[in-house]
Amino acid sequence: MSNTLKILRHGPLMTIQDGGRYGFRAFGVSTSGAIDRASHAIANALVGNDREAATIEFALAGGVIEADEDVVIAVTGGACRIEIDGQSAPPWESHILLKGQKLEIGALRGAVWGYLAISGGISTAPVLGSRSTHLRTGLGGLDGRNLIAGDMLTLGATAALELRTLGLPWFRRPGAIRVVPGPQDNYFDRETWTTFTSAPFTVTTSRDRMAMVLDGPSLTAAKGHDIISDATVVGSIQVPGSGKPIVLSADGQTTGGYPKIATVASVDLARLAQLPSGQQFRFRAISADAAEDLFIDEKRRLDTVLESVCQPGAKRYWT
Amino acid sequence: MHNPPDINYPRIIRAGDRAVTVEFSSTIDEVSNRQVLALDTCLSTNPPAGMLETVPTYRSLTVIYDPQVVRGAAMATELGHRAALQASSDTGGRLFEFPILYGGEHAADLDDLARMKDLSVEDIIRLHLEAEYRVYMIGFSPGFAYLGGLPEILHTPRLAVPRQRIEAGAIGIGGQQSSISSLPGPSGWRFIGRTPAKLFDVRRDLPFLLKAGDRIRFRRISEDEANDLDRRVARGDIIVREIAA
Repeated sequence: MSNTLKILRHGPLMTIQDGGRYGFRAFGVSTSGAIDRASHAIANALVGNDREAATIEFALAGGVIEADEDVVIAVTGGACRIEIDGQSAPPWESHILLKGQKLEIGALRGAVWGYLAISGGISTAPVLGSRSTHLRTGLGGLDGRNLIAGDMLTLGATAALELRTLGLPWFRRPGAIRVVPGPQDNYFDRETWTTFTSAPFTVTTSRDRMAMVLDGPSLTAAKGHDIISDATVVGSIQVPGSGKPIVLSADGQTTGGYPKIATVASVDLARLAQLPSGQQFRFRAISADAAEDLFIDEKRRLDTVLESVCQPGAKRYWT
Repeated sequence: MHNPPDINYPRIIRAGDRAVTVEFSSTIDEVSNRQVLALDTCLSTNPPAGMLETVPTYRSLTVIYDPQVVRGAAMATELGHRAALQASSDTGGRLFEFPILYGGEHAADLDDLARMKDLSVEDIIRLHLEAEYRVYMIGFSPGFAYLGGLPEILHTPRLAVPRQRIEAGAIGIGGQQSSISSLPGPSGWRFIGRTPAKLFDVRRDLPFLLKAGDRIRFRRISEDEANDLDRRVARGDIIVREIAA
């Protein structure tokens, strides 16, 4: 008998996501997976799951769910009003959701992507090694689509109904979004490059799991807006003829024909994706080596935070 | 920060903090695509530490790595050595025969193409059918095949306004390239026919029919045969034949 989670009310975009689908980009298959990997991993750690286990990712606001067995749940990603049968239940820590209780997840504040982890993890059938949903191609998740009211999701077994909390806080640093120039920065003249790295940009509402369209000064490629299609990565900043940059996200296509002025440093991918639409930010160029250093440091910081997960009331590192 | 205007190939480019790209040419040509695939084969045979996956495209190979295992600078050096050592030919992929139904509802551009080229529809079909195609890369969406080898007379610019939905299996022309669609989706290419074969089916043991470097010949089929093949594909049969070169 496996546990089942039922969606009673759905938010604007809810999908099943795990650590991602690897090894198939050469066949045109996007990596997918949680857009904010750290928040996803922390949600899992709080309910005793493997850090890559499948969670429900929601955009802007969650919904209402219930389970047919007692489970442990945690919501991360941003600040958010959460209630269990009307009782307030803060994000970034775990809660017990008893059989039949209703978990209501409200709107995220100051963030765009939220994560609901449930003990045991969501155990829908993996596709090409991953449970992540890729909406455009209908791969993974639940029939490759977004979750809607009435959906039933099978869960893995809950090992123990234990509450957990973070012993160390997880925070996103403010500041410019760091980018590595290229691979086609040579398609743009010096003046355009200076504009790119100094003018304010915003993420528009044209955003989804595939890409974010930015608004800001128009960027013209001196050498034209067509390249021979080559590989893209998560974080590639493409500049089409419209002059409005497009940042590829977790579900972004694997190849593209627009020049890529820069690539978002991995350390700042989630921070950019979590920026509310309309909020201004700037880009700052750093070297690929420096971006790697930052990524490695960030991974260590995340490992430390994941290791700090402990039972409530246990001695905290910072006290 | 900016690359110098004069470029020597192969050229190694860092693409962010988790990818390095090796470019073999500034044009689409079979020689550089063979170099790409030869390097890809070399890397899959003897993978450098920290390499996660590779993405071969027309004239470049992108290597995605884990910076916690190998730094990009070291990966770039390693790829530089290997690229310099590459012979300019791969082993020359498999040869497949694909059934194709020309015309009909999935060939909205066939008549226009004939008018634009001042040829008959049958001439267009004959020209398309005579050529042998090479899979230059798989990309855009799962299993989508970009083909080279389209006869020059059939080169045609893309549509100004893309169509919202093109069905899986559609055979398209975009500039000097040809394509086989793997999933339904929007496209600005021009379409002349369809194959009942499914390039991508996640229910199969081998979800992807083609890989870069494979070669394709088309075999013309009738509407009746297409319908029959559709039924076999729906049952999970693979209807594409690998033929001796």
